Amino acid sequence: MLNRSEKKAVMPQQDPQTRSGNFREVALGYDEASAMEEAARCLQCRHKPCMNGCPVHVQIPEFIGLVAAGEFAAAYEIITATNRLPAICGRVCPQETQCEALCVRGKKGEPVAIGRLERFVADWAMKNTPPQPKPRPSNGRKVAVVGSGPAGLACAGDLAGLGYQVTIFEAFHTPGGVLMYGIPEFRLPKALVQAEIEQLKQQGVEIQTNMVIGKVYDVDELIEMGYEAVFLGTGAGLPMFLNIPGENLNGVYSANEFLTRINLMKAYCFPDCDTPVRVGRHVAVIGGGNVAMDAARSALRLGAEDVSIVYRRSADELPARAEEVEHAREEGINFRLLRNPTRIIGDEKGWVTGLECLEMKLGEPDASGRRRPVPVPGSETVLPMETVIIAIGQSPNPLIRNATPDLETQSWGGIVADDETMATSKEGVFAGGDIVTGAATVILAMGAGKKAAAAMDAWLQGHPLDQTHPAVVFGTRKVEL
Amino acid sequence: MFDIVKRQQLNQAVVLMEISAPPIARKAQPGQFIILRVNDEGERIPLTIAHFDRDRGTVTIVFQVVGKTTQVLSELKEGDQILDFVGPLGTASHLEGYRRVAVIGGGLGSAIAWPQACKLHQMGAHVDMIVGFRNKDLIILEDEMRQCCDQLIIATDDGSNGNQGFVTDMLKRQIGQGADYDLVIAIGPLIMMKFVSELTRPYKIKTIVSLNPIMVDGTGMCGGCRVTVGGETKFACVDGPDFDGHLVDFDEAMRRQLMYKDAEAASQEEHRCRLTGEIRHA
Repeated sequence: MLNRSEKKAVMPQQDPQTRSGNFREVALGYDEASAMEEAARCLQCRHKPCMNGCPVHVQIPEFIGLVAAGEFAAAYEIITATNRLPAICGRVCPQETQCEALCVRGKKGEPVAIGRLERFVADWAMKNTPPQPKPRPSNGRKVAVVGSGPAGLACAGDLAGLGYQVTIFEAFHTPGGVLMYGIPEFRLPKALVQAEIEQLKQQGVEIQTNMVIGKVYDVDELIEMGYEAVFLGTGAGLPMFLNIPGENLNGVYSANEFLTRINLMKAYCFPDCDTPVRVGRHVAVIGGGNVAMDAARSALRLGAEDVSIVYRRSADELPARAEEVEHAREEGINFRLLRNPTRIIGDEKGWVTGLECLEMKLGEPDASGRRRPVPVPGSETVLPMETVIIAIGQSPNPLIRNATPDLETQSWGGIVADDETMATSKEGVFAGGDIVTGAATVILAMGAGKKAAAAMDAWLQGHPLDQTHPAVVFGTRKVEL
Repeated sequence: MFDIVKRQQLNQAVVLMEISAPPIARKAQPGQFIILRVNDEGERIPLTIAHFDRDRGTVTIVFQVVGKTTQVLSELKEGDQILDFVGPLGTASHLEGYRRVAVIGGGLGSAIAWPQACKLHQMGAHVDMIVGFRNKDLIILEDEMRQCCDQLIIATDDGSNGNQGFVTDMLKRQIGQGADYDLVIAIGPLIMMKFVSELTRPYKIKTIVSLNPIMVDGTGMCGGCRVTVGGETKFACVDGPDFDGHLVDFDEAMRRQLMYKDAEAASQEEHRCRLTGEIRHA
């Protein structure tokens, strides 16, 4: 029976006051009854508009129909047929601009809570069905995946499913990429990421940590070692800075460093763990994206007295997911909008004491369609700060590019890859995720990893890849992307 | 896991360890570094590669006990294992084309300067090694260094080895006596590298220093190791660790080195056994 409610079933959350003092997950997930209630809101549209919004083409109406019927194990099978990391995607995908944006129920009222349902199904399966090792019969052919973030994991999972012997090379000591070092525990529990990675291992994927490709081996050496194809998913790891005076003062962090110290290196348990982080009492986070929200909310949880997001445009232009902004506001993060940092001020010993900002007003729309911030002359003010975290974006890591001269790259450092096949200018080498697009989302990187896996399979089976005519790429063989 | 195949106490605070890591040994070059993590709660620390043996598949590190991590590391024995060992990181030193070189090491820095001297010596340059220690009991790797240079000058702060002075005094004397260096390499404490660079600046002798700032990943990801060189921000982990000493902002680098001083002292105290004085593992 259709649930005609115009609102999503409510998902319980930790109370803002309580959660701003702990790193436990904020959103607590549906129980079986509320999942079935929410699933009953789905109209089961025959043309499935929601699926067009999903970069990995999860069969959304099918799995939601099964949830409504209480057949959670079957729903899990449907989701994992195209998405091997549902517990992660259910939590961090920007559903409001993807699947849920296209949901017919959203035209009058709220769309079906597709993300929450995906999360529910994944969590249910993890709790109720012990992971079943399903190693496919190996075809004996070796492929290498560089980087174990979302793109690499998705690519490795699909290739293993096709029977390839996949080795992932990860630079850090723990696999997961941004899922481990970047996204905080309160948004994506690390045990859950490791559980999803464990599933991949059980399918036969080998993961070698502490391997910086471009240093210990280069791409040509991987090929010499017998890897017949290589996927590069090394992400956008290089932090950008503002290039304003004072950026090298003590107390200035890139968001990458601040979050890596906390998430991957567990600085929150210092001195039981050895990696320190200096949070300070007054913290400014510069930037308005998800990473900025993550850094601000982490600083708050580590005891900062006040934490401000400093962003040069207005609330309407904040690039972070609406839900993250909402959570940050509830927890008491200050939003100092329409302010552009001009200088970081320090004391004689080189420690941060303040952040000077210029007020901005919104002018005419710029190339991105957003109204351009224009400085208000003479409006400089100094906010007293002890810590300044720069979260204005990341650019591609240059290690592989520098070690692989025959790899064609963009002027901004990204690797050039075909939109459909993810093939690079180097034969047998494919690339996807942030290393190709610049910093984007987990799910887009996963989508690219999956596309690459399909194309790598086609190429390894002898079908030519024509970069300029992707339509004829796969010859007679139709590849489901 | 990485096996410790050899452990040697070089002086009371400095330890040499040879670690089995064949892929890293195969690729390592003088000037590069590794990052290690001793155990699961451990921090990642960068250490410059002191030596590598491609046949044995080993990488040698030399470190001084300065905090909890190096203390815990120093307590490991031959046959024990290190959890994580990653490299070779950073850009290799450019040592080609020099005729006469002064390779300067301060304390522990001597161990890092040693492979550079060896490589230069092998390549046919005339190499003077000038190394400094606080006193004669702290002198390390004397025989090894002697084999890698044409002249070894050891200075001690207190003169206990019969040659009192700083490395800068020795370098100044050498230059005064007509040593026409076309390259000076200085590796040691920031303050030493700063004064060596100040000394060579008026002589316009190219001076390379090796920086070892605080870092997390060592691959360009955190930006914690940023250093101002010639007015531009560089990442020591990927752009370095070697830089032109005449362009490095040493004062800033020294301030940045103190970022976690209080936290580190607190951590070491927190973990010190009140009975034996040893640092307990996590």
